[in-house]
This record gives sequence, C-alpha cells and structure tokens, in this order.
Amino acid sequence: MEKRSIGMGLEKTMSDSFITTKVNEAIRWCQKNSVWPQPMGISCCAIEMMAFASSRFDVSRFGSEVFRFSPRQADLMIVAGTTTYKMAHVVRKIYDQMPDPKWVIAMGVCTSSGGMYRTYSVVQGIDQFIPVDVYVGGCPPRPDNLINALMMIQKKIEREGSKEHHQAQPIYLDQPPTISV
Amino acid sequence: MNKDLTDPTKSKIYEALIDQYTSVEPDDPLGSDMILNFGPQHPATHGVLRLVLRLDGERVIGCVPEVGYLHRGYEKLAENMTYHEYIPHTDRLDYLSPLSNNMGFALAVERLTGIEAPPRAQYIRTICSELARISSHLMATGSMAMDVGALTILLWTFREREKLYDIFEVLTGARFTTSYSRIGGVAQDMTEDVEKMIWQFLDYLPEAIQECERLLNRNRIFVERCDMIGIIEPDDAIAYGLTGPNLRGSGVERDLRRDTPYFVYPELDFKVITHQGGDSLARYYVRLDEMYESAKIVRQCLEKIPKGEIHANKPKKVLPSKERVYTRMEEMIHDFMIVNFGIHPPPGEIYSAVENPKGELGFYIQSKGGGVPWRLKIRSPSFVNIQSLPHLLRGVMVSDVVAVIGSLDPVMGEADK
Amino acid sequence: MIAQRAAEKLKERFPDSVLSVSEFREQLLVQVETSAIRDVCLFLRDDEELQFDMAIDVLGADRLVVESTSEKADYINDPFDRQIRSKKQEISMNERFEVIYVLYSNKHKEYVRLKVRVAESGQKVPSVAQVWKSANWAEREAYDMFGIEFEGHPDLRRVYMPEYFEHFPLRKDFPLMGIPGSLPLPDKQ
Repeated sequence: MEKRSIGMGLEKTMSDSFITTKVNEAIRWCQKNSVWPQPMGISCCAIEMMAFASSRFDVSRFGSEVFRFSPRQADLMIVAGTTTYKMAHVVRKIYDQMPDPKWVIAMGVCTSSGGMYRTYSVVQGIDQFIPVDVYVGGCPPRPDNLINALMMIQKKIEREGSKEHHQAQPIYLDQPPTISV
Repeated sequence: MNKDLTDPTKSKIYEALIDQYTSVEPDDPLGSDMILNFGPQHPATHGVLRLVLRLDGERVIGCVPEVGYLHRGYEKLAENMTYHEYIPHTDRLDYLSPLSNNMGFALAVERLTGIEAPPRAQYIRTICSELARISSHLMATGSMAMDVGALTILLWTFREREKLYDIFEVLTGARFTTSYSRIGGVAQDMTEDVEKMIWQFLDYLPEAIQECERLLNRNRIFVERCDMIGIIEPDDAIAYGLTGPNLRGSGVERDLRRDTPYFVYPELDFKVITHQGGDSLARYYVRLDEMYESAKIVRQCLEKIPKGEIHANKPKKVLPSKERVYTRMEEMIHDFMIVNFGIHPPPGEIYSAVENPKGELGFYIQSKGGGVPWRLKIRSPSFVNIQSLPHLLRGVMVSDVVAVIGSLDPVMGEADK
Repeated sequence: MIAQRAAEKLKERFPDSVLSVSEFREQLLVQVETSAIRDVCLFLRDDEELQFDMAIDVLGADRLVVESTSEKADYINDPFDRQIRSKKQEISMNERFEVIYVLYSNKHKEYVRLKVRVAESGQKVPSVAQVWKSANWAEREAYDMFGIEFEGHPDLRRVYMPEYFEHFPLRKDFPLMGIPGSLPLPDKQ
C-alpha cells in the first residue's frame, strides 16, 4: 500500500530524499507526543479512563494534556464501554467527524469482543463497524494498562505515520515494549 | 433504516416533544422555538443520556429524555445464568459503587432462599456498603462541581477515591468491579491490614471533604448556579418515585436503612440527613453530609465487629471455602453441584430493596425452583430519577440543565440495565 | 401489618375483583382482576388509613414455558438441568403475561404487591400512570420488553430498544442472542 507522507509538493520533485524523510520523522515525533484523546466514555470503563486522566496515573505527561470532547479537535478516539446497536450509529457518526490522521483504542473487553454480554443488544466487538488500532483487555483495564495502550499508539505513529485510517492494521505485542524516549 | 438519523422530525420522540405543549411546527421560521439535541455523546450528561430539549430562546419549555443507549440485556441474561454467576453482573449496574450492588443482590437471594449470613459477614457487608456510598458521593460531588465549572474539585475527589480503591484492592482483589459478596456471606475475610487502612482513611476523610467544602459552600458562583434551580416539591417527588438523596433533598425523610432495616443497621446510631428546599443545592448538601454519617457508621462497625465465620452454614446453598473444596470430598461435591447447576431456592417471588447511594435498588426475583431465576427485575433508582427530569427542567436555562443533571446524579449503567 | 389490613379492605370494597391473596417470606401478594386495577390503585392511594403513595415498580413477567426438545426432561425440577422445561404447554394463551405492581406506604413503611394477568394479544391493562407518575416509564418498559399494552397511557413508546425494533426481547420465545438482522449496524466502509 502506498505510504502517504504529510502532503508535500517537494515530494514529487525530490522523491523521498533525506530532507523530506527527516521532516516526516520530526512531524511524527510531534504527533506522537501530543495525542489528544476524544473519550467516548459509555460505561464502566469510562470511570477508569477518568482515573487515567486524573492525578495518580496522570496522562498529560504523555502529551494528552486535554480530553477534547469535540471530535473535530481530537486525534485519538478511546471507545470505553459496552457499545450497543443503538449507540453504534452514534459512535460511527463521531468517528466520521474526526479529521485524519486518527487512531482508535478499543478499551476493555466489551469493545474488543462483546465482553461478558452475549445478548441481543450488544455489538460483539466494535471492529465490526470501526477500524481499531489497539485492543486493551480487562474488565475494566487498570489505568496502567491503558497507558500501555497509549504508548503502543505512540510506537505505531512513530513507525508508520499517518495513512488513511480505514487501512489501519492493529499492532500485536510480540515482545514487551521497550521504553525509548 | 435508522429513521432517527435520516429524518429527525418524523421520529416518535419529536412527536412526544411537540404534543406535550402546543403544536408548533419545528420548521416555522417565525417561531422562536428551537429543538436542541443534548446528545448521547456529551461531556456532562453523566453517561449516554440523550435529552431532546425544546427551547424558547434560552429557556427550556419542554424536554424528553431518551435512554437505552446502554441497554445490555441484564434481565434476559439473568434467566440464563445461576445466581452465583450473576454476581459480577451486578457490579456493573451502578458502576460507581459496585460493592453496594453486590450486597443488595446477595441479600435478595438470601431472603428468597431463607438463609441468613453470619454476624461477621453482616458487619463486613455494612462496612463495604458505606465505603461504597462515600466513593459514590465523592464522585457525584466532583462531577457536579466539574459540570458547573469548578474543575479542581474533581481532581481532589478522585484523589480520595484512589485511596478507597487501594482499600478495595486489598480487601477484594480488584479496584473497581469487585464481585465481593456471595450467597450466604462474603468471599474472603477482612484482615487486620484492611482494618488499619480503613482507620487511616477515616482519619483523613473529614479534612479532605472540608477542603472541597471551603471552595464550594460559600462560593458565590457555585451557589448562584445551583440555588433555586431544578426545584421539586415533596409531593411531586413522592409521586415521581424519587428515592435516595434526591428525595431527602426535598425534605422527605425516607431512608431504607432506618425504615426497613437490613444488615446490622438496627444496632447502629446514625442520622437520616434531609435538607429543605428541593433544589440542586439542597441535594448537594445532602450528599456532602451523608459522607460524614457514613464515616461515623464505619467507625461504629469497626469497633463492634465480632470474630467468626463469614459463610453461612448451609452446605447445599452456600459455596464452601477453597481449602475445604480441595481437601474434603463432601465440599467438593457441593461445590460441583452449586457451580454447575445452581442453588435451588424454593418456588416463590420476593421483592428486596437496599439503600444504594443513588436511591432504592430493588430486586424482584421470581423463582420456579430451578438453578436459574425465572424472572429477575432490577428496580434501578437512576431510571426512575431520570423520569422526573422534564419536571425539574421546566423554565430553567440551557446552562442550568447541566447543573440539574449533576445534582440528580444518574448513572446510565443502571438506568439502562 | 398494613399489608394484611390492605388485603382485608380490598376484599370488602372490591369483592369480585380480588382473586387471591398469597404470602411468601412474610410478603403479601394480591391477585386482582385486570379491568379493576386502576380503581384498586386509586383506592389504595387515597384511603386515609392505607396511603400507599409510592409506586416503587411496575414490571411484566412471562409465564410461557418453552417446550423441551430433549427426552430426558420429564419433570420440571430436574436437578441436572438448569433451565425450567416442561414436556407440554401448561399455560393457556389467555393469561400469558403478568403485570406486578410494587407499592409502598411512607406512613406505615411497608410494601404490598398486586398482580394482574393479561392475555398475549388483544387485551389491554388499564394504565396507572395517572395515579402515580413513577408508573409512566415503568409501563413503557413493560411494553418495550413484553408487548403488554396499557390503555390510557399518555405516551406509550419504546424505552430501551430503538424505535424501529420489531420484537419484544424479554419474551421467553425470543432467543438470548437476538434475531440476526433485526438491528442494523453502520457500514465499516
């Protein structure tokens, strides 16, 4: 698949030279250290997400200084809580309103696979209607676990940059993440 | 196929909104009425609550709440799993005070089966319910203050809740969704470390609450945003079925811990906090004062708690403890039968309610003698409290809607079941 | 005990409508004729001695027993089978659903429960939403989950499921996982 870099006219004339790759890396470094989440907090996982944002497991030290509830100003959507069929349309609408580049974390088992609710009204996994980048297990996941997910998103941004999000592939944890600054 | 999203004016919720008052065309260019969607995704709706408001300029003249965005099918699930398997589901009902729900459910099933937990378990249950009440009221105060604009209070109350989470983690094994109660008692015993942690927490709690009070109680902005907003008279409150701090904020003294006592509340000394006024500020004061009362109750329980068993002595109905299961034959067979086929309570139906931090949480269980209930209905306080929103929101301005919802403190996990 | 007193007064005042009074674990359940439920509720609320001023809950229940497909479940209380099954249909369609009212009196601090039985289709239960406002949404929920219709209800719409949903989820013949295709999802693109 075509790797799109951040729109530069120079690209066509100089085609992937030293300067543009370094500028790409710099831009990716900026993006990964200032990910502003859009918290789609639906149920119990939202409480752990609020704990992840407050003073003990402070997330603003990772660059997520503010939680932007308006999708137009955010780049990461954390879907936290059981998604029902009725709510799925709302989540999709908010997702469509986010501008590219965007990433999605599916927090908790309810969003990853339906969780403990195998019933008529719960969507068994939000990846049935949204492309997801990172799945976090747990019911609810501890805030430390969610910080790990945010760091995985940061690694993904660093590695791949932004592309059309519908081509997003989830990343798998082959080995424990190394902390590199 | 979702008519809601394609043509909003044809959906039934808009018909309900218009028919309540006069019939004004929503597209009337000369009219001053506006329909505003206070959508399910909103920072201040305390979850996924949708309000469709009809505004005359800035004043609300009609409101139709829509719930159901978190309907997970709890009651249908209950008909397919045994009573023990259902305990983790009760955690996720009012997810701000999960211990309280666990204890309420265990009480309901015990009343149905006719067994009684031993005294030490009853004391532990009371302590857990009151700590859950403190945790829920801290959250309610914090988020009400945040909705009104005082963002600091939320971070301070979250700091206190983290201390409670540490206590729950040592006691039950999980920070948050604890699943601590069992039919006939509690899961594990309370050790001395936990008691020490609770004493330390209780010593520090009054100072922490006073820090928040000093910032809010005489703060002119907070008082003006909450005073005389969202008033409900006592008779209306009773007719709407409000319970908990919402009812006590209107002056009605109704508290299930005193009226239909359960656990060890008959032996404890506590006041039922009420405030006159019926507005958002009165409800806020009720929650604040209830935290002090809960701390008093926990102190009395810790002083009086006896030593003893934590499981009732009914082998075929109560899950035995793990050491006995691994070492003795009889307990292993009982464990196998209870886990796989369920306890078999006698056929009959009961209603049992406890005083949750949000109101009266009731379980109506119909049993036909099998291992699974025939019908389990959860009477959730938030569902009934949200029903009174159109009454509370008459004549307020749009920015007050947030303060009223914050003072009502709904939790969508239990409102939508 | 105010619940016993309420049952006695109801038997005096509505002798034809009170069908049975039963007690289980010290809680009283009064079965009432369906068409008389609103008058009974008005009496219970307005009587000076009784004053049942709060309707705590109104709920529906389904009495249908789904037939068993296995040969083994010959009796209802089979200890090796979790589900309650029966070989033959024992509930007549004339009284498939029940509606149960849980009432509370603030003066006496006690509960009493009423029950009515209603047919699967064609029969409507008089609504008590004008007697207690808290019964409004509770009856909507009974309609949404079972399809029980209430006559005289100001606004009978679905409350949990989306408006276009065509089935009634808590009926015993509706499967737990739902009917595929009854609830649409947005496209993944």
